[in-house]
Amino acid sequence: MISQLSWKIGGQQGEGVESTDRIFSTALNRLGYYLYGYRHFSSRIKGGHTNNKIRISTKPIRAISDDLDILVAFDQESIDLNAHELCSGGVIVADAKFNPTVPEGVDAKLFPVPITSIAEELGTSLMKNMVASGASWALLGLPLEVFNKAVQEEFGRKGQAIVDKNIEAVKRGADFVLELAGGPLDQFKLEPADGKQKLFMIGNDAIGLGALAAGCRIMSAYPITPASEIMEYLIKKLPKFGGTVVQTEDEIAAITMAIGSNYAGVRSMTASAGPGLSLMMEAIGLAGMTETPVVIVDTQRGGPSTGLPTKQEQSDINALIYGTHGEIPKIVISPSSIEECFYDTVEAFNLAEKYQVPVIVATDLQLSLGKQSCEMLDYNKIQIERGYIVKDIPDREDKSMFNRYAITENGISPRVLPGEKNGIHHVTGVEHDESGRPSESTVNRKRMMDKRLRKLDDLKITNPIHLHAPHTEPDLLIVGMGSTGGTIDQARLRLNGEGITSNHMTVRQLHPFPTELIMAEIKKAKKVLVFENNATGQLANLMKLHCGNHDKILNALKYDGSPFLPSEVFEECAKAAGYKPHEELVQNGNL
Amino acid sequence: MATFKEFRNNIKPNWCPGCGDFSVQAAIQRAAANVGLEPENLAVISGIGCSGRISGYINAYGLHGIHGRALPIAQGVKLANRDLTVIASGGDGDGFAIGIGHTIHAIRRNINITYVVMDNQIYGLTKGQTSPRSGEGFKTKSTPEGSIESTLSPLELAISAGATFVAQSFSSDLKQLTSLIEQGIQHEGFSLINVFSPCVTFNKVNTYDWFKEHITNLDTMPDYDPSNRTLAMTTLMDTGSMITGLIYQNKQKKCYEDLIHGFKPEALVNQSLALSETEFDNLVAEFR
Repeated sequence: MISQLSWKIGGQQGEGVESTDRIFSTALNRLGYYLYGYRHFSSRIKGGHTNNKIRISTKPIRAISDDLDILVAFDQESIDLNAHELCSGGVIVADAKFNPTVPEGVDAKLFPVPITSIAEELGTSLMKNMVASGASWALLGLPLEVFNKAVQEEFGRKGQAIVDKNIEAVKRGADFVLELAGGPLDQFKLEPADGKQKLFMIGNDAIGLGALAAGCRIMSAYPITPASEIMEYLIKKLPKFGGTVVQTEDEIAAITMAIGSNYAGVRSMTASAGPGLSLMMEAIGLAGMTETPVVIVDTQRGGPSTGLPTKQEQSDINALIYGTHGEIPKIVISPSSIEECFYDTVEAFNLAEKYQVPVIVATDLQLSLGKQSCEMLDYNKIQIERGYIVKDIPDREDKSMFNRYAITENGISPRVLPGEKNGIHHVTGVEHDESGRPSESTVNRKRMMDKRLRKLDDLKITNPIHLHAPHTEPDLLIVGMGSTGGTIDQARLRLNGEGITSNHMTVRQLHPFPTELIMAEIKKAKKVLVFENNATGQLANLMKLHCGNHDKILNALKYDGSPFLPSEVFEECAKAAGYKPHEELVQNGNL
Repeated sequence: MATFKEFRNNIKPNWCPGCGDFSVQAAIQRAAANVGLEPENLAVISGIGCSGRISGYINAYGLHGIHGRALPIAQGVKLANRDLTVIASGGDGDGFAIGIGHTIHAIRRNINITYVVMDNQIYGLTKGQTSPRSGEGFKTKSTPEGSIESTLSPLELAISAGATFVAQSFSSDLKQLTSLIEQGIQHEGFSLINVFSPCVTFNKVNTYDWFKEHITNLDTMPDYDPSNRTLAMTTLMDTGSMITGLIYQNKQKKCYEDLIHGFKPEALVNQSLALSETEFDNLVAEFR
């Protein structure tokens, strides 16, 4: 019995790769397995190779695996491109239609299943996905009833006849492969899962759900990969709660509309990726200057310009922190798990209103789109805190305006919403006085700049960093953000095994930078290795800027569009720690 | 009920003496009082430019945003609080150059706000450069040999984009302008009111006298039917858009807010934010 395995399906974009993966993994989730998905896709609708990989485990996992156990292929290209990942003795389930062959040098068993013909016999080649997932399921020897229930739910609304046909497709795929293999394969017999109820979702779903729970009722956004799922989720849900999504003409309209709604008192957000964020920069400055709360999600993808729109990168850090001209208070947080995508979105709305600032939630493509298991979300952890909003303002003798921007000790001034009697004030991106009236006075300018900037002096957010720090003097402090955390966790298991001590830090609060907390961890470690998906080491540079220790902080960079693999993290860490695997292995008698 | 004086504040506009924008400010204040608003129920959202300062000169809620973006901000305000009367305002550079994309889409979207453009055919605040509204051959600091680009016809554009209320006026005609703004506020949908508002400092061509000479007032044409879209378009084309009055109104089309699925008559800002535990559980269950 094994505790984990990896499964991949490959084919042409648009021929059922996504749906095969969805049904197969939904059924696994029902059984209580932990899942972690990775989508390889291109910026086109139909055609071009695409593949989805999932890792299935009896324990929590948050990383893709280095190798592969089962490859399901709809075409020879999928075999040629992916077979090298198969571990020795791995299995290829391929459509017999194209006379599949195993590439030279690959030690894998091939099961040609007439996937297309079975589907066509049942009425439509669209059911290829059912035949393929049925065959996969059967090889694992998992109970067919659970799978059929998932099929029932997927197709139930289309009528029982359709459900029955799909269930038949599953059965035929299963029967055929079992006949070839002589029954379920022992090597893929998974230990039973813990059976605990889990959610199975992408980061963008969790952000959308978090926004709803936070009381966000208007989202204005422009479609972009990999952010669109957030607006697509919310347009389905917001009308049930009186709100709406407006698909705007561009990202400038998206952010300014959200600023308008927030000014008028409704929690509103926008979401985009690099190109859209670049367009929003001027307006983010307006939100900072007018002290209007707004939440912006940046699902980072490969830049610059159009860059690699469907690939992983974490290269917007500098833009998010330093973007917009002039100087404003701003908060940038970076969730590193599906659970955090949810809770951080809720917190982002609270922070935006508490500090009256723009708050950016920065994910990355792998976190936003990688479908994975998520612990049950806790309703009781949702708190809506609206900050300093004043109502029922007493009459004033004079006709003076309300001091919306009153100088206060912590810099946070009373906010009043349009419609409130006696609260009229002016709001402008021009430097202004306490009532919002434009002012160019040098004295006023300094007072207002100081007031705005000191709002974040005592910023308190939950968990500015996440720390797994079992060692007081580790060989390595391994640092990451966003989706890299799970991969680092996994590599650390191997590092431990090799006797390399490491602490692991995930930076959640990117701005303002939690210098003291991070400094303390840097001090303890012999070396600091920062893993990030960009070419210039933006996170490492932030650490050096705030914490010094330039000699100690080392870069581990990957910017080819794909996330780190656990083996890559291990090797970088081993190298940084001065570990010589060959000698050690010889000494241990393993070579 | 508030009088127009209650929409005044004690801030002295930084417009040049004789600027057309003074009358536009007065017309908005009068129209707001005439339709029975209280200052706190009005939000004036403006862009950048001389005219963009208008939100600071009216005693009402307001936001002076960034160049060209008054409309998306104003639409956001209105969606959040349907009880507010929202007037967006700015110049021809703001609405027809940098912000033209937003103008067209705000027209298409048809949210119930009123957009008053102070059109002086030039950039005033940056001291005299060409605008999309400048006439061909118009000499400015940025077109020393005369403008070689076509003059934009925003009202034709508006009608073709599906506008439900299109009007034009002249800042000297305070009575007509006030009445059109009132009608714009009362129109249930997006209303565009373009106002010839002469720049006395930088535009020596399109002066008060020039406008008086060239404008035809539709109010003097009893047969004109503003519900006729084709007539509106041909009249604009035939006159080179040199007409004032209500040019086109479609009273049948519902505004955006009334078409949004699930959107309630009660202002969103006054609705409860929190999800009940059952609602939350149902949302979560979809991911099992």
